[in-house]
Amino acid sequence: MSTTKKIAGAALAAALGVSTLAACGGGKKDEGSAASGSPKSKTVTLVSHDSFNVTDTVLKEFEQQSGYTVKVLKSGDAGAALNQEILTKGSPRGDVFFGVDNTLLSRALDNGIFTPYESKGLADVKPEFVLDKEHRVTPIDSGDICVNYDKAYFADKKLAPPQTLDDLVKPEYKNLLVTENAATSSPGLGFLLASVGKYGEDGWKDYWTKLKANGVEVVDGWEQAYNQRFSGSAGGKKAKGDRPLVVSYASSPPAEVLYGEPQPAEAPTGVATGTCFRQVEFAGLLKGAKNEEGGKALIDFMVSKKFQEDMPLQMFVNPVTKDAKLPELFTKHGVVVEKPETVAPETIAKNREQWVKAWSSLVVK
Amino acid sequence: MAVPLAFFALFFAYPVAAIVGRGIKTDEGWQFGRIGEVLTRPDIADVLWFTTWQACASTALTLLIALPGAYVFARFEFPGKQLLRAVVTVPFVLPTVVVGTAFLALVGQGGLLDELWGVRLDTTVWAILLAHVFFNYAVVVRTVGGLWAQLDPRQEEAARVLGAGRFAAWRRVTLPALGPAVAAASLMVFLFTFTSFGVVQILGGPSYATLEVEVYRQTAQLLDLPTAAVLTMVQFVAVGLILGIHAWTVRRRETALRLVDPARTAHRPSGPGQRALLGGVLLTVALLIVAPLVVLVERSLDAPGGYGFGFYRALQDAGAGGGTFLVPPLEAVWNSLQYALAATAIALLIGGLAAAALTRRGGRFVRGFDALLMLPLGVSAVTVGFGFLITLDEPPLDLRTSWILVPLAQALVGVPFVVRTMLPVLRAVDGRLREAAAVLGASPLRAWREVDLPLVRRALLIAAGFAFAVSLGEFGATVFIARPDRPTLPVAVARLLGRAGEMNYGQAMALSTILMLVCAVSLLVLERLRPDKTSGEF
Repeated sequence: MSTTKKIAGAALAAALGVSTLAACGGGKKDEGSAASGSPKSKTVTLVSHDSFNVTDTVLKEFEQQSGYTVKVLKSGDAGAALNQEILTKGSPRGDVFFGVDNTLLSRALDNGIFTPYESKGLADVKPEFVLDKEHRVTPIDSGDICVNYDKAYFADKKLAPPQTLDDLVKPEYKNLLVTENAATSSPGLGFLLASVGKYGEDGWKDYWTKLKANGVEVVDGWEQAYNQRFSGSAGGKKAKGDRPLVVSYASSPPAEVLYGEPQPAEAPTGVATGTCFRQVEFAGLLKGAKNEEGGKALIDFMVSKKFQEDMPLQMFVNPVTKDAKLPELFTKHGVVVEKPETVAPETIAKNREQWVKAWSSLVVK
Repeated sequence: MAVPLAFFALFFAYPVAAIVGRGIKTDEGWQFGRIGEVLTRPDIADVLWFTTWQACASTALTLLIALPGAYVFARFEFPGKQLLRAVVTVPFVLPTVVVGTAFLALVGQGGLLDELWGVRLDTTVWAILLAHVFFNYAVVVRTVGGLWAQLDPRQEEAARVLGAGRFAAWRRVTLPALGPAVAAASLMVFLFTFTSFGVVQILGGPSYATLEVEVYRQTAQLLDLPTAAVLTMVQFVAVGLILGIHAWTVRRRETALRLVDPARTAHRPSGPGQRALLGGVLLTVALLIVAPLVVLVERSLDAPGGYGFGFYRALQDAGAGGGTFLVPPLEAVWNSLQYALAATAIALLIGGLAAAALTRRGGRFVRGFDALLMLPLGVSAVTVGFGFLITLDEPPLDLRTSWILVPLAQALVGVPFVVRTMLPVLRAVDGRLREAAAVLGASPLRAWREVDLPLVRRALLIAAGFAFAVSLGEFGATVFIARPDRPTLPVAVARLLGRAGEMNYGQAMALSTILMLVCAVSLLVLERLRPDKTSGEF
């Protein structure tokens, strides 16, 4: 018995020692902000998904101008991050949530996790993106989910790459396309919605029957589709991917250029502009936020020119404000999608589950 | 006993119960009817069926492939044995994000099999089964081989002298002695494959889902808490059952066997039969375990402009050029080490206390507690993670945004390993030594320092190393709670893999290789510390 206590004591001492060490290393950043003597309300917390990114200097500038310190919490992919917010409703972990898109917007609004706030910068936002008239959420960025193609493959085969959804079911493109599971992956869901937008609530199943007959392959997530199976991406080339068509983003070609080493003069991949679904991402002030004023300032900052123009190279999305300019990388290697498919958020909310289920039994099983 | 109990109640039982409760209890009260409703859904029945049969198949295949390995590692002496034993254990502690990628390169399209024979196994159930063998090979080799090495071969020889044939002697003498260890190993493999998550998600494609995968989908993607709650409970019952049987076989194994120093039983292989066996096992290990790891390293070195350390150098620069990552990936290595260190300390404290309590007391209550400590191995990380969110939200326990949550979650996974390693050693400490020391005038503290500490020190270090390696690779719970300014290595790998572009992909491979090396080194150190007389379960 006494030995137990001794072991316990020694272990406790060791544990505390190590924890303290780790705490010293770990807590440094917090202590820095706390030690500046400012009250708690000087920190504003942004909760987001894993893809959120901002250039350090841009964020620092906001911190200096506003006097707030920004803390960012990222938790999983977009769906998981939103669900965590819904679960912690009323006692949120932060002040602002960023990363709910038009496919999940209704779930967020129906659960009432946001407080309305009409941002000062809202006047600059292109009106087609303002999907919530009560301003519980503010549009921050938009992006297009589109079929990408491997330029080299189609050049070798002297075949024109597909341009539209209709093209994808043609025999010359048989067994070329890989897409993601609509039940678990947001580009997968986006592509399903593109077909709904184009062929309507009655016609999309027909389209997928044809697509399946034409050899579409479904994998679970974007990483597998893009980095493993797609022959045009850097990862796919190494993995000897054999599918020259993949569902990805309109901004993937600029990313291939930016992260090439050395950067290629031309993107190795292209975008089929007639296959796109437009995604809009929003930020909202969380109900029960400890720092409402800070949260509002943060949302204003996110629609400011500075942040909007920083986003493309950080998150590979497009700005939503009228005067924000795209970086050269995007204008040179990206495409402008003139007529993306769209589906109203309410329609998506009403049918999403049933569509995904029908899609699963049609395509996956 | 009170400390580990409180720890488990607060950081495991309470969060899990809360999230399950949230699914089953509505404003109108408890909805137990939902249990039947969910279980009779055809898609859920499919999931249950698949989960069970793939776990059975994986376990059988693992035993088939790993038992010869266990024998070879136990009875043969060959150069590089220690290194190889560490290598086969590496997969066990690697995060599936990393390994799935490497494994695909082998059995997937354009992989080794594809190039040699045109065989592709990705999105087939074979890829899942083989990956499970890859991950669990070490469990069998260590659990069964550890005991096998200590069985006195003279017993079998005696049976043969008495007229038994070679096979009969093995069947009557060795097999019964090994039986409980084989059963324990099988059950552990069954537990790990029954609750398989990453492997099935990455290699199985959308048409395969285990219970664990389904719980994740229902919770994280669909927010269908009632369904998730029912599935969690089903998994709980299944895992409880497996652990119950496991505890029973372990107790049977602890019945006295004549054990000898493994160094005395191992010998150089002699004769063509033994050499062929050794060759076969080495080939299996090379193909099944070393090859995927080599592919990973190869990809990390395959930088643009020829092989080299281009991606590794990029790891240092990334983040410096404008915060594409908020932290340079190399800082993630440091974060991981810190978290793992803290998690190890917590796991050692809790696990050590629990093992000490279990050594000194008997009875059903304690045995139940033993099984309870293993439960986190079988409960979905997303359940624990989401449970943390809704329970630890009030001061003084508003830990949801605290760094401590990461090591706490990792420690939950580390504790079972600590307990399993410490328990046999602690049980073996002879109480009379302590009494003798006391009689000779030593204070209790001194008696502990002079008697217990030297005896358990190595086990303690081994337990620490294992908890450390497991914490390093832990991904499931961490992904939900890791603070973005301090992502861990596996989280950073996943983020890199989530972006297009050659540099991102290459850096993910380089980071994975670093993670693998760190794990391998800590395991190699463990091999050096392995006690001679007593071996824990791992």
